[in-house]
Amino acid sequence: MEFKRITIISGHFGSGKTNISVNLALELKKNKEDVAILDIDIVNPYFRTKDSTQLLEENGIKLICSEYANSNVDIPALPQQIYGVTDNLKSSFIIDVGGDDRGALALGRLAPKIKEENDFDMYYVVNKFRPLTSDSKSAIEVMREIEFACKMKFTGIINNSNLGLETTSSDVLGSVDYANQIAKETGLKVVLTTVNNSLYNELKDKIDNLYCLTLQKKL
Amino acid sequence: MADKVLMKGNEAIAEAAIIAGCKHYFGYPITPQTEIAAYMAKRMPKVGGVFLQAESEVAAINMVYGVASTGTRVMTSSSSPGISLKGEGLSYLAGADLPALVVNVQRGGPGLGGIQPSQSDYFQATKGGAHGDFHMLVFAPASVQEMADLTVKGFDLADKYRMTSMILADGTLGQMMEPVSLDYEVKAPIEKPWAATGTQLKREHNVINSLYLKPEKLEQTNFERFDRYKQIEESEAMYEEYLTEDAEIIVTAFGIASRVAKNAVNMARAQGIKVGLIRPITLWPFPKQAYQNVIGKAKRIISVELSMGQMIEDVRLAVECKVPVTLCNRTGGMIVSPEQVLESIINASKEVNA
Repeated sequence: MEFKRITIISGHFGSGKTNISVNLALELKKNKEDVAILDIDIVNPYFRTKDSTQLLEENGIKLICSEYANSNVDIPALPQQIYGVTDNLKSSFIIDVGGDDRGALALGRLAPKIKEENDFDMYYVVNKFRPLTSDSKSAIEVMREIEFACKMKFTGIINNSNLGLETTSSDVLGSVDYANQIAKETGLKVVLTTVNNSLYNELKDKIDNLYCLTLQKKL
Repeated sequence: MADKVLMKGNEAIAEAAIIAGCKHYFGYPITPQTEIAAYMAKRMPKVGGVFLQAESEVAAINMVYGVASTGTRVMTSSSSPGISLKGEGLSYLAGADLPALVVNVQRGGPGLGGIQPSQSDYFQATKGGAHGDFHMLVFAPASVQEMADLTVKGFDLADKYRMTSMILADGTLGQMMEPVSLDYEVKAPIEKPWAATGTQLKREHNVINSLYLKPEKLEQTNFERFDRYKQIEESEAMYEEYLTEDAEIIVTAFGIASRVAKNAVNMARAQGIKVGLIRPITLWPFPKQAYQNVIGKAKRIISVELSMGQMIEDVRLAVECKVPVTLCNRTGGMIVSPEQVLESIINASKEVNA
């Protein structure tokens, strides 16, 4: 996978953005020395990048997130070092954005500088099995709301369609048309379709740009 | 079977409520249940319903009272401190015999506590929850699927018995995502001849009220209400039994703690320990029968709770202290681990076989 200096991961609430952010940071680290995740989720106090602190540290990936993440301090705080993403041009960044348009508001603050530098991709994470984005029409509606909130445009789509631990290969195969339809209607490309380790071998010849999530979220 | 979707527990409650015909939601945000309100804010306008963020929990529960007075399905949701604020309204709903659905996605307490999961509002939910003689139907889901299923059932039974149904969940169940099927055959709503919907000058007006000027009348109303409660205790208790048939040790837990407990039961079975699980699904009415069934067979009951031990009192009452009951717990937002429960089981097994 080709990475720009900044990779922005945004999408519907609960679409799998954080998990993908952590996975892509590990992927990015294979080719770049200086990699960081910037967590600007102001929506959800749970299931944060901070859950992966140890993994990220072990792999030499810097985590920039609110010091209140995963604590009882339930406030929509942004990290102090947020502007490093546009000031530190030597570092490659994954930005993990909070869900929906409400979460994307925080990205709007960074948008002018990111657009000015123009070395970024912004991926829309979709899951066909989330009821509020279960068809292309509703998924595109949420996508436009996010774009309006952060004043940025998506550059690609990540198809993360899954039913958690119950996901079957036919669930993933059945989501390809859905993701392609969103791509067709928005003029974007499906840059990745994600799948967990157990299904990867079965599907790797059947789906373009299939990506194996090495890190699985466990409950 | 209908297609499954991937939902958070909070979202599943909201969608199930809409499917059950609830078109009125009033609430005030609080973690860890805010997704219910957020989901309703998005969905209600699309189904011709009303979502209203009230100025406070007190306002929200009184809006529920107003809509319930018309016999229309209505709900609110909150988390522990917010439920305390709704207490007065819960009592008024009971006093006026109004059906409503109230969701408590519990967090650690007391006080403002924290935002991590807890089960320490058990007493509050099952012993009335506010002033006066009354009960609520209390349901304890243990999966995202049950968050939805018990919401639908909660509305049905609230209408049937003219009382509040409470979904007593916790922060884990509210936040976790699981596949869920929302394929329900929704029954037509029952007749509500008591509702204040306008007389059309064709009948006497209905009065919705919890104020009684004569104590004799208030006493009589309470007696009649408790006759109804007795009938509910006899017919509506729900529970799950798991490997209890030959069990000499019974682990009992509700909600998220029951999932941890079930894992521990399986681990202990693998070590040859005869242990089973009783999981109450309704907390009021409490499924006493499940515990009475093991008197004379089980030598020890372990109550696994995310509190300082609240349900344990009902377990002891149910077995009339004929089986020793011990506690295995965490509190303040911490969750018991399967290993901790397993250790309790192993210790109990050694003691009863000593």
